[in-house]
Order: sequence, then structure tokens, then C-alpha cells
Amino acid sequence: MLTSRTSPEQLGDLPQRAEVKGRSLWRDAVGRFAANRAAVISLVVLVMIFLFAIFGQILSPHEPDYVDFMLRGNIKELGVPSMENQHYFGLEKEGRDLYVRVVQGTRISILVGVVGSIVAVVVGTLYGAISGYFGGRVDNIMMRIVDILLAIPFMFVIILLLVIFGRSPTMLFVGIGLMSWLNMARIARGQTLTIKNKEFVEAAIASGVRPIKIILRHIIPNLAGIVVVYATLLVPELIITESFISFLGLGVQEPQTSLGALISDGASQLNYGTYWMLAFPLFFFLITLYAFFFVGDGLRDALDPKDR
Amino acid sequence: MKLKTVLNASAATALVFAAGMAFADDHMVDGMTLSDNQTFTYQTIDDSPSIDPGLVEDVEGSAVVRDLFEGLMNQDAEGNPIPGVATSYDVSDDKLTYTFHLRDDAVWSDGEPVTASDFVYAWKRVANPETASPYAWYMELMSVENASSIIAGEAEADTLGVEATDDHTLVVHLSQPLPYFPEMVTHTTTFPVPEHVVEEVGASWMNPETFVGNGAYVLTEYTPQERMVRVKSDTYWDAENVHLTEVVRLVVNDENQALTRWQAGEIDKTETIPTGQYPSLSQEYPEQAVSVPQLCSYYYNFNLRDDAPEWAQDVRVRQALSLAVDRDIITENVLGAGQIPAYTFTPGATAGFEVPEVEAASMTQEERNEKAKALLEEAGYGSDNPLTVEILYNTSEAHKTIAIAISQMWKQTLGIETTLGNMEWQTFLEARGNGDFEVSRAGWCGDYNEASTFLDLMASSSGYNDAAYMNDEVDSLLAEAKTMEDPTENYTRIEEIVDEEAPVIPIYHYAAAFMLDDTIKGWPLDNVQQTWYSRQLYRVAEE
Amino acid sequence: MFAFIIRRLAVAIPTILVLVVLSYILMFAAPGGPFNAERPLPPNVLENIEARYGLDQPYWKQIYDYLVNIVFHFDFGPSFKYRDRTVSDIITQGFPVTLTYGFWSFVVAVIVGVSLGIAAAVKHNSILDYFAVGVSIGAQSLPNFVMAPVLVLVFTLWLGWLPGGGWNGGEWQFVVMPVIALSTSYMASIARITRSSMLEVLNAGFIRTARAKGLPMKRIIFRHALKPAILPVLSYLGPAFVMMITGSVIVDSYFSTGGIGQFFVNAAFNRDYSVMMGITILMGVLTIVFNLVVDLLYAWIDPKIRY
Repeated sequence: MLTSRTSPEQLGDLPQRAEVKGRSLWRDAVGRFAANRAAVISLVVLVMIFLFAIFGQILSPHEPDYVDFMLRGNIKELGVPSMENQHYFGLEKEGRDLYVRVVQGTRISILVGVVGSIVAVVVGTLYGAISGYFGGRVDNIMMRIVDILLAIPFMFVIILLLVIFGRSPTMLFVGIGLMSWLNMARIARGQTLTIKNKEFVEAAIASGVRPIKIILRHIIPNLAGIVVVYATLLVPELIITESFISFLGLGVQEPQTSLGALISDGASQLNYGTYWMLAFPLFFFLITLYAFFFVGDGLRDALDPKDR
Repeated sequence: MKLKTVLNASAATALVFAAGMAFADDHMVDGMTLSDNQTFTYQTIDDSPSIDPGLVEDVEGSAVVRDLFEGLMNQDAEGNPIPGVATSYDVSDDKLTYTFHLRDDAVWSDGEPVTASDFVYAWKRVANPETASPYAWYMELMSVENASSIIAGEAEADTLGVEATDDHTLVVHLSQPLPYFPEMVTHTTTFPVPEHVVEEVGASWMNPETFVGNGAYVLTEYTPQERMVRVKSDTYWDAENVHLTEVVRLVVNDENQALTRWQAGEIDKTETIPTGQYPSLSQEYPEQAVSVPQLCSYYYNFNLRDDAPEWAQDVRVRQALSLAVDRDIITENVLGAGQIPAYTFTPGATAGFEVPEVEAASMTQEERNEKAKALLEEAGYGSDNPLTVEILYNTSEAHKTIAIAISQMWKQTLGIETTLGNMEWQTFLEARGNGDFEVSRAGWCGDYNEASTFLDLMASSSGYNDAAYMNDEVDSLLAEAKTMEDPTENYTRIEEIVDEEAPVIPIYHYAAAFMLDDTIKGWPLDNVQQTWYSRQLYRVAEE
Repeated sequence: MFAFIIRRLAVAIPTILVLVVLSYILMFAAPGGPFNAERPLPPNVLENIEARYGLDQPYWKQIYDYLVNIVFHFDFGPSFKYRDRTVSDIITQGFPVTLTYGFWSFVVAVIVGVSLGIAAAVKHNSILDYFAVGVSIGAQSLPNFVMAPVLVLVFTLWLGWLPGGGWNGGEWQFVVMPVIALSTSYMASIARITRSSMLEVLNAGFIRTARAKGLPMKRIIFRHALKPAILPVLSYLGPAFVMMITGSVIVDSYFSTGGIGQFFVNAAFNRDYSVMMGITILMGVLTIVFNLVVDLLYAWIDPKIRY
């Protein structure tokens, strides 16, 4: 189910970049990124979303978990978005203020995405680099393991993680991250295969540097570019994955919330005349994803000299 | 000498006749004519694990079995037992032997007569460990001789205390007298199965191709998780009083989706109404949004085990938490589908149960809140020593909604921080069963219409006593009640003790709320157990 | 080529074995069991049921018996939850359903996705390109569980054109909405992959040469650019096809289609071990087979690739 949303397109999408060298490339990249209007606008939007997620709470007098029992009985009429009672986005279906919950949800969704990708990137890169560097039988076995893990019912893994470690947001981040390092590992391996034949690696081998050191010193830094790009593209994927997990009821624990949980709740109320419950969280969900996608795209173009 | 029971043969015929008349009356009184379209489509949330009478375990599956098969007794629209395949029965003086006389016009849908030996076969099949029926314990509950030792593997299934003395006489031997025995044989687990088919076809005999039943309907189509069609049986003995010709059951997992499809006219009856939607639906569809009280209680368990947190051992804290729950807001504003605020464990609708005057019920919520605050302070909790409580519930919109409301009531009234522990179903069951919780959500529906089906949970030996509540007085009152002529007094006393010691927080008594198309008539709304038969229903022509 | 196929299939067997064992370990590690219920069963009734399904055996024995039954009898056992049916019954009923709507979703997603991708790449940085990119990101981001209720609201309740759910043996009216709901996100992914790989190909030397020679654009695209550009799309389509034909729990549960997507997720929640395993194996086998098919197609499209 997870992979129905992950798009291995990045596999084909990612530039075959073997020629990351020196600092000038980074400076070029910044220049190219700045020239990409969609990416720059998205970056601005992204910064605004971050600010909203961190400080948005200040603008509202309401607490995210406070149920207003006076309005609870008739949300359809009393819970409409209103400036007067400062429920800017109205009430959600349990009678809590939707605005502060969207702030909270955005914060958690972005955290899930970012922390999840960091886990995926760290694990995936190391695994892929080791597999690719050693090659041969080690590579074969390590990659078959990845294949098998991809086929394992992902829900059991999530359930197990939540059972063993309890339902904390941190565990959810780690769990999702651990599920999504697999594709990262494949990409890192592919890149390592080309890098390891480069002169500087061969020189290091010839001068007797230990394999672990070569991987950490020479291979991984050269994977950095591709990894950064992949990470930004992974963030929106993980946000989507979290929303699916929330749909199954395994996501973030109440009274915490995520954009996915808010959307799932809002969608269930679609037919009851409380459109705002879906509209606001969905809006923030979509612009966050758009922003991440375009920034990721821009980064990829910027870091790939051959493309333009 | 044998005692002829209240339900003698002539009374039975009278009843059947009256039931038939009731239909005729309906048409006459309301001047309603039957529609040409006699199909009925209803929705269930999930598919049934089994629709084999010997294996069936869920409520919706039982409804299917009641259409496809007929047991010794049926229930009428009020839930009283009326003759089914048995026209009458006798009870021996020691009340240990029941003799059922079966009607001679009952036949299986393949034309074979329904005989007493089909019942014998079916009952032995349920008890037999090889069948592995999840309802094998029902034979034990009915106190059928040897049932316990058969289930425990100590005796052969053949030794079960049930025999066919001839084709139309079934004799049941009980190990102890059981006043409710005739009511118990309206339960689907006691329904007959066609020995000649089950033995020949094997495990897959319930497939539509090989299906044989003795009910008012036969199974013609079944796609699990999608739809099931049952069609009126011509071989049913009372077929002329059966109106619906086709009953379709659709599985729709999402209740909001089911409601949309009901609005689109694809479904005549939904299983549920989404939490909180009843008030507006009943305004929009006053004739069709239905809510009836149910014999079920929704409550929270405190964990009273020794390893549970200290506060849970303190009766003052438990009472404070219970008092601070505003049942009126929950039943009116949060759920709003006709649920009844609960201050006692047993629902007031239970037959022969008088709701005792517990103190909390007569107070206003302000008074309750004041008392709760005082109790909590007395117990030493407050702003300098804040209390944190975890509510454990399983993943479900309805449970979440209630947990959120209650956690906020505790926070707003008592300043208690609550964490909500939402767990996936199996994980939840494991945690609750192992006592790995502080407060846990629970629901209980009566197996039969009598208070002991609820209060037995308070016995220290009960397997369902998740709070691990132990009180010797309650135990002895319960034991005593089993043999009492009128146990009402004991039940009242138990409720009072439970109210004082607060091992659980009764929150509300259930109501079954659903949408029912207004052309469908005959739904047994007065049956608190919601036992319905498709043959009770009919569709009237739209004006 | 033939030897290659044999070799790949030979590796598949141990892979599936490991998959079975791992899934079993996960299942045993998860709390609960298939016969836990709100009302716990009396202990001796539970014992009888567990004995009936072999759950009283040690773990290794359960796995061993399971494998023996599959290998020698091709018997996947009875469902633990749906007592009247076997795992084979459930798969033979549910798989054709998801296969049908999955196949049509695949067709729709590929046709729309590839055309959109090519159009966007050819008109790079035009309005059409921005539109295509915008739509595909949106389609990829919009959760299924929002789309499904919206579709039912619009097509069933408001317009009254299509039935709101069910399957009815796969009549077309019942297939339309599942196909729309399932295909969008795949369509979006396909469009984006096609676009970026097409862009890369269009910048390649041989295409520039062709252009310089003044060949018409249409011909360049279909004769020269399409084949190499489609390769990365193909490697995405293999796993995607398997995903689609094994269904989606959201589609199955919203549209009540009775497909195996739903059975699979329910089985996980109900701890219906045998159904769980049966569908996992089905998915595993399909994944291996279609990855192989993709590799063969690769070789067919690009003769330079040799196995």
C-alpha cells in the first residue's frame, strides 16, 4: 500500500551525476536555482508554511485540544468559520478549533516528512553504499533482502512498531522512515557502482585505506547531491503515506493531529454540509506538497549541469 | 406426570393466527396496499465470519441464519418466544427434561422433511470439538447434559443430552433447571442443519449451489464482502404469510458511504447512522431515521489490579472521574441518537429490572462537578499534584469521539491531563485483557433479557471483568440471585455497591439508530434485542 | 534468453520462501490472534478451535505444515476468520475483481499519463507543460479517501448516473468509479516520469542531429525519441501493474467491490493468518513475474540489452 504512493520515478528521474566535484558546482547550482521561478516561489511558500506551523498558534486564543461543549451539539450551524468568535477556520467534527488544529497538523505532517526522510536517507545511503561498494555476493544478498522487505506487508511492520515502542509521534517518524529507506538504498547503490570506479577511489584503495573509511570519506560525500534531491522528493511522499496510515487509524495519536488525519475526518463529513472541515486542511496539505515538489524539482535541475 | 406448559398447543396456534391477523389488520387499518416490488436491500458494515448455524457468531450473521433456517422457537415482534418448528413442548416435574413436539409440515428446501434427528445432529455438531464452533459454550450455557465434558474433550459428542424419540419428538436433558430454556432455543446456535446434506457435501455445504435450509428464505447468491441474496422459499410451511420475495444484503464498510447510498435510494436500511448525524437526519427524514433502545451498556473500566497506578486504587478519585463525566452532553450533543445517560450498569429497559436510585443520577451536573472537585482534592490531587490519566480505546470514530469529549470534561472540570491511547483492535484486546491500561473503554450487550447478564460481569470470577473488580458481597449476592424467586432486591443492592465503589464508569445505554425506508413496514421496533426476521417485513406501495 | 528466464525463476523460489517465513515471524510477533474477540472465548472452546487450525503447534511446525500443504497439495488452507471459506475461495472470488478494475486503471493511467507526459515534454516550459505538471502533482497528492467519497457524492447522489458501489459481476457501471479513483495517482506518476525522461531524450545528441536535419517533429518523437524515453516508464510500470491488479483497500472499502485489497487489510487487522499469507504469496509471485516481464520487454525494445 505504501508503495502505491511512492513513485520510483525518481529512479529514472534522477540525473546520472557522476561529476560532483569541487565547490564551484554548488555556486553554479545556487545561481541556477535562483533562476528557476517556480522553485523560488515554492521556497518562499515553504518558508511561510514553516512559519505558520511554528508560530500560527499565537494568532488564536484557542487551545488545540479544547472542546467547546456550548457549540458541540450543532457544529453544522454554530461551528462555521467566523472571525467573531475567532474560530477562523470553524470547528472540526469533535468541536475543537480547526485553525489551531491545522497549525498543529501542518507541524506534525512536516515533521513526519522531514524526520522520516532523514531516517530513510541515513539508513538507505549507508546500506546502498556498502552494498554497492563491496559488490558481488554481498551486493546480491543485500539487494535480495531489500526486495523481500519491499514485499512484506507494510501494515504489520507499522503495527508491530507501534506495539513494541508505544504510540508516540517519534516512533511513527522512525517507522515510516524505516519503511522508506528501501528505494533510497537502491539509488545509493546504483550511484556507488559508478563512483567506486573513479580514480580517487582507486587511489584510496591502492594506498591501503580501510573499506569503511573509503565509504564514509569518499563514497558518501559524493552521494550528497543526489541524496539531498531525493530527500526533498521523499518528504511529500511520506506526508502522503502518513495520511494513509491515519486513514487506517494507525497514525498520530489524539489529541495530536496531522494533516492526513484532519483530511480523513473532513472527508467523512463531506455530505453533512460542513465543507470547511475538509477544505482548510486539504488546502494546506496541497500547497505544502506542491511547494516541496517544486523545490525538489528545482534542486534537481540546479544540481544537474547536464540537464539544461 | 408431565406438566403442560403455559405455551400449550392451542395457545400456540392462537398466537400464530394472531400474528397472521396482525398483518391483515395493518393493511386494513392504514389502508395500505402491498407494493409489487417486494425486495428489501439492507446494508451491513462487515461480512459475517460464518452463516452456518453451528458456527455463526455475529449479530448480522444471526439475522441471515434466522431467515435461512428455523429453530424450535421464534421470537415475536416483542421478543417473546413463539412456536417455530416446535408447535409445543412439555417440561418434566424436575424441570430437567424438555420434550418438543415438532410440526409435521416442516420441510427442507430440497423437499426432505425436517425431523427431530436433524436437531440432534445439529446440537451434537455444535458441541463436538472437531467442529470448533465459537459458540460451543452456548450448549454449556443451556445446561444440556454432558455439554461441558464434551467440549472439554472428556466425553464423546454422541453422549450429549438430546435425543429424537421419533421423527417429530425431540427430548432434551438438562443438568440443572433453567427457567429461560424456551427463550434460549430461539438462538441461532440451536437451529437444525440438514444432516443428509452436511454429511454429503462437507464444509462447503453453505454455498448457494448446495445450500439446503428450512427457513422462509433460501440462499441463492453470495459474494463475500459484497452482496448476498436470499429468495423466498416455497417449501417453507408458512410461505403464504411471507411477503418479501427477495432480500439483498450489501456490505458497505464505510457508514458515511452507506448513508449516501441510502439517500440515493440504493439501500432500504442502513446498519448504523454515523456518530452525531442522527439529530439532523431525523429533522430531514423524520419518518425514516429510526432509533430504538438496546440492551447494551457503554462504560469505562478502571484498572483495579495491584500493579495499576496508585490513583486508580483510590475510590475517591474513581468517583470524581465518574461524576465529572457529563452524560447528558454525551448522549445529547455528542451522540444524539437516542442513547440514554447511564448511572447504573444495567440498562433500565432490561426486563424485570428497576433502576435503583443512585445518588449521582438525581444530582445536577453542577452538583456532580462540585462533588467531584471536592473528592479529588480530598484524595490529594490538584494543581500542585496533578493527575494524569490514560484512556485506552480501540480504533473507531465513535470511541474516539467519546474519549475526546470525556478527556476534555476531566480537563475542564478537574484539571486532569488525559492521554488518549488508541490501539488497533487485536492489540487493544490483548492490552485490556492483560490489565495493561489505566482506564479502558468497553461495551456490553445482554445475551438475554435479564439483569444478571450484565451484573455477572461484576463477579470476581467473570472472564469479562476487565477492571478486575473484587467484592465478596457482590459475589455472594450474585450467587444467591441465581436461585432466588425474585432477585430484584439483590440486583439493586449490587448496583448500589458498584455505584459506591466505582470500578467502572457507566456512560450510556445504547440505542440502535438506522435509516429505514418508509415503505418497509413490520420492523420489530419493540424487540429490545433487535431480533428481526425478513418474513415479518413487507413493502407497501408508495402513495 | 531462455536460460535467463529459468535462472530468474529459480531465484524466485528461495525468495518466496524467505518471504513466507519472515511474514510468519511478523504475524506471530504481532499481539492478538485470529480468535480473540471483544468477549474472550471460554478457554476450552478456544483450545478446541486452536487445535482445529493447528495453532496449538509450535511455530516452526506451523510454518512447516503450511509450506508442505502448499508445495504438495497446492492447499492454502481455510480462512481463520471466514469459517465457511478457504483461502483459495477468497482469492478466486476477490482477485478477478481487483484484476478487472486494476487492469482498466492501468490502461487508463498509461494512455493518459504517457500522452500527458509527452505533450508536456514537447511543449517544455509552455502553459501546457505547467498545466500538466500542476495537474499531475495535484492528482498524486489528492488522497484516494477524499476522491472516493467525492465521486460517489457527484455521480451517485447528485447526478444519479452511476451506482454508488458494489460489483455485480463487473458490469461496466460498477467499474467506472473504482477505475477513476485508482488510476489518478498512477496516471500522475506516469506523466511525470514520461515527461522527465522524454526531456532528457530530446536533449540527447541523436535527436538534435535529427532536428538539425530538418525531420518533422512528429516523426522524431514517435520514431526516435519514444522508444528510449519509455524505458524508465517501463521499470515503473512493472511494480505499478502488480499494485493495481491486487487492488487498493480504499477503493474496495469505499466502493464495496469485494476485492482482495480489502481482504488483505482486514486479514491483517483480524490476524487471519492464512488469508494474509495467501495474498502475500500471490503478491510476491506477481511481483517477481512482472519484474521479469519488464526485463524481457526491455530487451525487446532495446536490443543492446543482453541477458
